[in-house]
Amino acid sequence: MIQYIIRRILISIPVLFFILLASFLLVQALPGGPFDTVGEREMPENMRRIMERRYGLDKPVMEQFVLYASNIAKGDLGPLMRSQAQDVNDIVAQTFPVSFQLGIMAVMLGFIIGIPAGILAALYHNSPIDYTATFFAVLGVSIPNLVLGPILIYVFAVSLGWFPVAFWGAEPPWVLGIFPQLSADFFWHAVLPVFALGTGMSAVIARLTRAGLLEVLSADYIRTARSKGLRERSIIIVHALKNSLIPVATLLGPLLAGAVTGSLVIEQIFALNGMGRKFISSIGQREYFLLTSLTIIYAVLLVAGNLFVDILYGWLDPRIRYD
Amino acid sequence: MAAVKPIEVVEEKVASRSPAQDAWREFRRNKVAVGGMVFIIILLLGALLAPFITPYNFAHQNNAYTRQKPMTGYIVTTDKLEACHWKDTPIEWGCTIFLAGSDSLGRDLWSRVAYGSRVSLAVAIVAASVALIIGIIYGTISGFSGGWVDNLMMRIVDFLYAVPVLPIIILMTVYFQALARAGVDSGVAGVLINLNQLTGGLMFVFIAVGALNWIGLARLARGQVLSYKQKEFVEAATAMGASDRRIIQQHLVPNIIGPLLIAESLAIPGYIFLEATLSFIGLGVNPPTPSWGAMINEGYQGLKSNPHLVLIPGIALALTTLAFNFMGDGLRDAFDPQLRGK
Repeated sequence: MIQYIIRRILISIPVLFFILLASFLLVQALPGGPFDTVGEREMPENMRRIMERRYGLDKPVMEQFVLYASNIAKGDLGPLMRSQAQDVNDIVAQTFPVSFQLGIMAVMLGFIIGIPAGILAALYHNSPIDYTATFFAVLGVSIPNLVLGPILIYVFAVSLGWFPVAFWGAEPPWVLGIFPQLSADFFWHAVLPVFALGTGMSAVIARLTRAGLLEVLSADYIRTARSKGLRERSIIIVHALKNSLIPVATLLGPLLAGAVTGSLVIEQIFALNGMGRKFISSIGQREYFLLTSLTIIYAVLLVAGNLFVDILYGWLDPRIRYD
Repeated sequence: MAAVKPIEVVEEKVASRSPAQDAWREFRRNKVAVGGMVFIIILLLGALLAPFITPYNFAHQNNAYTRQKPMTGYIVTTDKLEACHWKDTPIEWGCTIFLAGSDSLGRDLWSRVAYGSRVSLAVAIVAASVALIIGIIYGTISGFSGGWVDNLMMRIVDFLYAVPVLPIIILMTVYFQALARAGVDSGVAGVLINLNQLTGGLMFVFIAVGALNWIGLARLARGQVLSYKQKEFVEAATAMGASDRRIIQQHLVPNIIGPLLIAESLAIPGYIFLEATLSFIGLGVNPPTPSWGAMINEGYQGLKSNPHLVLIPGIALALTTLAFNFMGDGLRDAFDPQLRGK
């Protein structure tokens, strides 16, 4: 098992390296550079040269990349070109926790709503409960969060005034570098964005849970359990549920990674200072190192999410062997 | 159809139905899926016939009538005829009412929503086709070749799984849009950019979306090819001396295409979301081309006083993805009875 994990991590290093190279080249290929303007005016040619030399942008692209990659290996994500006071590490330390908190809470909400709804739909198969749950699941999958977000804001923030219209309820410094200081204000601010992001996830989870449980419930070992005279509750909880959650577990990796990327829209709608919003706002300024670094962080999250799912898979389903 | 027929005639018909006819009957019984399909057909017709169902030009700014509420309007007088009347629609209904209101620049929202459907359907068609073509070719070659070729090709797929699609698509969009604005007119890039501008600045984004979303399809195609490769009819074709090319084209692809089409139809809502997201964050279509995502973004600033500017394109977007989901689910249920009800 440990061997498997180590091998997977070793394999993912060249993968991440290629993604780093590709995104570095793509960002550098964007027309225009970070030092084209000073405020509203065009930057004089000689000043631009000086600035570019200062950040090493006058060197050949491959030399720049080697320097950048070796810095990343040392844990330095590079400088910011528009700000002397901060570098990319500071920006990530400020914004990543917001995206992370939003994503984690949305995934949790997805499971809290999705799994019970899926179980109910499967247990009362082809009943009004099933149809209602299935209908809402399709609805939840189909309504994009950039539609749901404004609707939630309009109904619950603007019309009813129950929740704030925008902003995240916690700010740096973060507890342990990533967690918010818990307060009523934090949760009050989090309700709408988390719902906007989590509803779609709960719909996907509910559909998969329902499908998985329906399949398991018709399996032979469930019939055996029934014929032994076990209580229906223990059949469902002890025998059926764990197996039916295996397909749901496959989803967890993409969901966790998608929660962090998918929150891009939600961050934009609710004006949250997360990583996605920073990514978009720094495109126009051609913050080379920030753009590349954020892309590679997303890639690391994807790789880590997939690895996590594979490990979880083995725990849920002992029939799976790693070798 | 409704007339009662003798039993034996009916049974004869049952015996002669092909699997596709069976699936079609199954599909028609699913009312929700049929509803989704009908909605998509209406939407396609609406997108094609947009000039005939919209009273105004989608880009025409009417500064005197900004932010009108839905179903409000004004009577056209002759001197205003020039300002708002469009093409040769009858004056009586052409310019009297804002069916869905107007936006902050005084552009008719109904016209913009109707034209906006073109963008959403274009991404659905272009991205899905690109993904389907790459996925089928890649998966078929990989599965058919086997051995180290298969191994290598599947490792490349594994590699692509780690690519964060959204940031890469965003960077690519910026790249192509900036090139288009810079107006490169030489070489391959110049030709492509001119093509892109003909399609309203959309083409590259859609191709890129398709080009990054074929991974699942390639895996599916490979799996299907691997199972069909072992079948007797392929063996028979090989024994008769058919070339690899012929076996793939005549025997394998026709058999595997059904599940792939269904899988891809379920991916379409994702493409529509992605385009809407890009336009929402201001990187999608070039203005003034209307796109539902861009309209939500524009209307979002004035959500409090004019919610209809967000709600109308939002509902159009949600209904479209809902219709594609219903139809895709229905198709999957009809063509693959094993998956029914999942």
